[in-house]
Amino acid sequence: MQFADEAVVLSARPHGEAHAVVELFTPAHGRWAGLVYGGQGRRMQPVLQPGNGVRAEWKGRLSDSLGHFSLELVNARAAALMQERLSLAGLSAACAVAAACLPEREAHARAYHAMSVLLDNLDDAQVWPALMARWELGLLAELGFGLTLDRCAATGTRENLIYVSPRSACAVSAEAGEPYKGKLLPLPAFLRGESAEASLADALDALKTTGYFIETRILHPAGRQLPEARARLLELLAKTNN
Amino acid sequence: MPTGKGQIGPELQRLIDLLAKLPGLGPRSAKRAALYLLKKREPVMRPLAYALAEAADKVAACSTCGNWDSIDPCAICADAERDGSVICVVQDVGDLWALERAGAHRGLYHVLGGLLSPLDGVGPDDLNIGRLVERARAESVKEVVLALPATVDGQSTAHYLSEHLAGCAVALTRLSQGVPVGGELDYLDEGTLAAAMKTRRPA
Repeated sequence: MQFADEAVVLSARPHGEAHAVVELFTPAHGRWAGLVYGGQGRRMQPVLQPGNGVRAEWKGRLSDSLGHFSLELVNARAAALMQERLSLAGLSAACAVAAACLPEREAHARAYHAMSVLLDNLDDAQVWPALMARWELGLLAELGFGLTLDRCAATGTRENLIYVSPRSACAVSAEAGEPYKGKLLPLPAFLRGESAEASLADALDALKTTGYFIETRILHPAGRQLPEARARLLELLAKTNN
Repeated sequence: MPTGKGQIGPELQRLIDLLAKLPGLGPRSAKRAALYLLKKREPVMRPLAYALAEAADKVAACSTCGNWDSIDPCAICADAERDGSVICVVQDVGDLWALERAGAHRGLYHVLGGLLSPLDGVGPDDLNIGRLVERARAESVKEVVLALPATVDGQSTAHYLSEHLAGCAVALTRLSQGVPVGGELDYLDEGTLAAAMKTRRPA
């Protein structure tokens, strides 16, 4: 069995002394792991950096074999972002979240294309934190845990929605949420598509909300935590915001 | 007829099994190495056994920089000729040796013992970072060079260290990236070329 597809490199782990087991995110085949011969060598190391765009060809004797990849670098995103502390943290966090959340060998083309847009915009500090939050929101929806953000869970109103209920994953209006605001999650307007403008504080709020649902809906049932790279990103964004 | 485990004595088999654990050696090359050692018992095998035992007993990580040596502080930290105002931070002792081989750095070193890698579960507490911050706070230190790999993990670690060393009165520098000596542009990967263009300097 074999296929060829575009992909984003999510991670690469050493295998033996010379090779690597690489996890890619492809539009048509989802998250897919395979062996890369010579993956620890000088030629392949720059290709196997997380976030890089590659052209991948996978071959395996059987469809459920580990198989091996032949890779060609298409978009060297990691190298372009290495000097930027926040962007690099964003790149690591996005790849870690994708690696932790996506089921193996299940196509999620929309999540892939949204991730490509996010990674391609990581050099624009005004844009990417909000893009990351929107990508995570889309990822939740793609995996069957979408949030209902168009009406209030308590009153049904579509006005003044500023909270999300951690229990129902639905929006809550300012009035209905007032008595419980300490327990509710923030809902910035840009996350509902009401406003194109998003400040860093808005993006941070949105990432707290999406992070909560990613952890409780996707990762905790599988006995996992949010990736450390994402926690580090939030820490850095909070410092920058202050 | 193949030589199976049953046809080799337990002492020799143990030697082969241990040799096969070394980097670059598999079971077959470990057998070749074991046979070579047995043939060269006096000139190679006994001195090697002695050297291994001595290194196991005496070589330890330097309490100052993390370099491997039989004395503490290590020969580099104890060398009064070296420039104590510059500390070069490296991932592993192999990187320290590479810089020494190049003769490019005459200051001191600090070996982190790895890189921050969330995927592999390596966090700040697993690295020799606390001691680096202590050293950087010393009045004599003027510069810390972050000589870490140009990988996502390497540069994430460099950014992390930059943050933690920001409170120290030292200049923080990092190795530049670009065209290697003897490198032709046509053969370079896109990432290196992009980094080289980004960090170009006046001719």
